Amino acid sequence: MGKDVAIIGGGVAGLEAANQLATLGYNVTVFERNAQPGGHAAKWDRLFPNQRHSHEVIDSLKSHLNGNPAIMLSTAISTISRNGQKFKLDAKGRAFEADAILIATGFELFPAERKEEYGYGIYENVITSAELEEMFAKNGKPTMKSGETPKKIAFIHCVGSRDEKVNKPYCSKVCCVTAVKQAIEVKDSIPNAEVFNLYMDLRMFGPGYEDLYKEAQQKGVTFIRGRLSEASELDEGRLLIKTEDTLSSCPLKMSVDMVVLMVGMSPAIGTSELIAGLGLHPNKDGFVDIADQHLYPTNTTAEGVFVAGACVGPNNITDSVNAARSAAIEIHQYLSKK
Amino acid sequence: MVNFGFAPLEIKIHDLDKSNLQLSSWIAERDETFTQCIACGCCTATCTAGKFTKFSFRELCHSIRRGEIAKAIAESEKCMLCGKCTLVCPRNVNTRNIVKLIRKANQKFKV
Ligand SMILES: Cc1cc2nc3c(=O)[nH]c(=O)nc-3n(C[C@H](O)[C@H](O)[C@H](O)COP(=O)(O)OP(=O)(O)OC[C@H]3O[C@@H](n4cnc5c(N)ncnc54)[C@H](O)[C@@H]3O)c2cc1C
Ligand code: SF4
Ligand code: SF4
Ligand code: SF4
Repeated sequence: MGKDVAIIGGGVAGLEAANQLATLGYNVTVFERNAQPGGHAAKWDRLFPNQRHSHEVIDSLKSHLNGNPAIMLSTAISTISRNGQKFKLDAKGRAFEADAILIATGFELFPAERKEEYGYGIYENVITSAELEEMFAKNGKPTMKSGETPKKIAFIHCVGSRDEKVNKPYCSKVCCVTAVKQAIEVKDSIPNAEVFNLYMDLRMFGPGYEDLYKEAQQKGVTFIRGRLSEASELDEGRLLIKTEDTLSSCPLKMSVDMVVLMVGMSPAIGTSELIAGLGLHPNKDGFVDIADQHLYPTNTTAEGVFVAGACVGPNNITDSVNAARSAAIEIHQYLSKK
Repeated sequence: MVNFGFAPLEIKIHDLDKSNLQLSSWIAERDETFTQCIACGCCTATCTAGKFTKFSFRELCHSIRRGEIAKAIAESEKCMLCGKCTLVCPRNVNTRNIVKLIRKANQKFKV
């Protein structure tokens, strides 16, 4: 067939779509701005819902990168434009051509320092969920700045999600189950650790997620229904946190050794500018708009331009893989007619 | 002391650092279903005792988790052990057994 497909983003979605499209006989190139493929999932230690090591999934996806699909690392695509029947891509002055485009630029972690009252970047033992994943990958357990092992840890749900004050009104979907998964991992890795989850709703939407919640309860994780109002520092790096225990209509405070902020999924930086060249606009939350919520979740309104993964909104790995396969079929149908 | 005719309001606030969670763990050790409550309130809505007095099994469990042992033990007396709540609980919390454990704890924790 000899037709060229350009995939922007080498995360789970981009890599999976690349494998499918190469199998269908297209010349596929993945453009990835990082030096390594895999996107965010390459940074996670173990995955919900079954504690599988993330690198198993990433290694499997990467194992197909053998020339076709090809991957160009450290190559950020800054603009895409239509050029007759083809698309022209630009990466810092280098130009590429393709017959179809797949946007798979993923998401960005919400910058936690924007919720200043939570003390990220100010207090040394306030960390993000992503940083906790790194700690698990490195030491198998969380560690305080002092090197000590924390005995009391609070997970704060909805940081940079469901919050009009930071212009993030939407739910980031995976942080509830991630918080519950991490709470269990803390309980398993630090004997007698006290773990608290401050939540507003627990959105355990996927298969096996509610079971994780039950496991966390059974292991003694304390769930407190209330949003964190503020964190402040006590002596020796300890933190005081305040919320309302809404189930008893009563303010609640406690000291902890470590606060973990469940940062939300924000739109990837640069993607709105990227799609603007194709006449596409982000939706009201800033993610790439899709052609049809139910029937065409991986199409855009621009001919020849498709989407997959977290660039259309918060999702999990399963969603990304499903969308990638769906997009591969849509691209195949589009190119077969051309 | 001078009587000004008013006193500062006693503001209730849960201080989890000072909460006595002994009863909570004592019950959880004896009946694991105590941990599985999701605060849905079905038990309270169906409760026979709750039709006559202000009584909520959900609140009872919650107060134990916040260390209010004396309150919980006193409240537990209101339950008639009819078992309707056990029938409706979506998380299979063994409600009657928990009430019985709280009553038993009365002797153990001496409040
Ligand atoms: C803390 C946390 C834990 C999680 N844990 C789990 C879990 O246990 N299980 C699970 O199923 N899901 C989990 N998720 C969700 C999971 O991370 C996402 O579903 C997945 O990463 C989405 O993949 P993606 O390929 O769409 O996006 P990404 O992983 O964001 O990949 C997008 C890629 O595109 C690249 N890119 C962006 N713009 C450009 C550009 N202009 N040019 C070139 N390259 C570009 C980026 O560098 C990136 O590598 C977790 C999420 C968070 C936040
Ligand atoms: S998944 Fe949970 S923590 Fe994340 S934004 Fe939604 S409700 Fe909040
Ligand atoms: S067993 Fe007790 S708490 Fe349950 S419904 Fe009957 S009276 Fe209410
Ligand atoms: S019905 Fe069960 S889960 Fe619901 S509040 Fe009562 S004990 Fe908890």
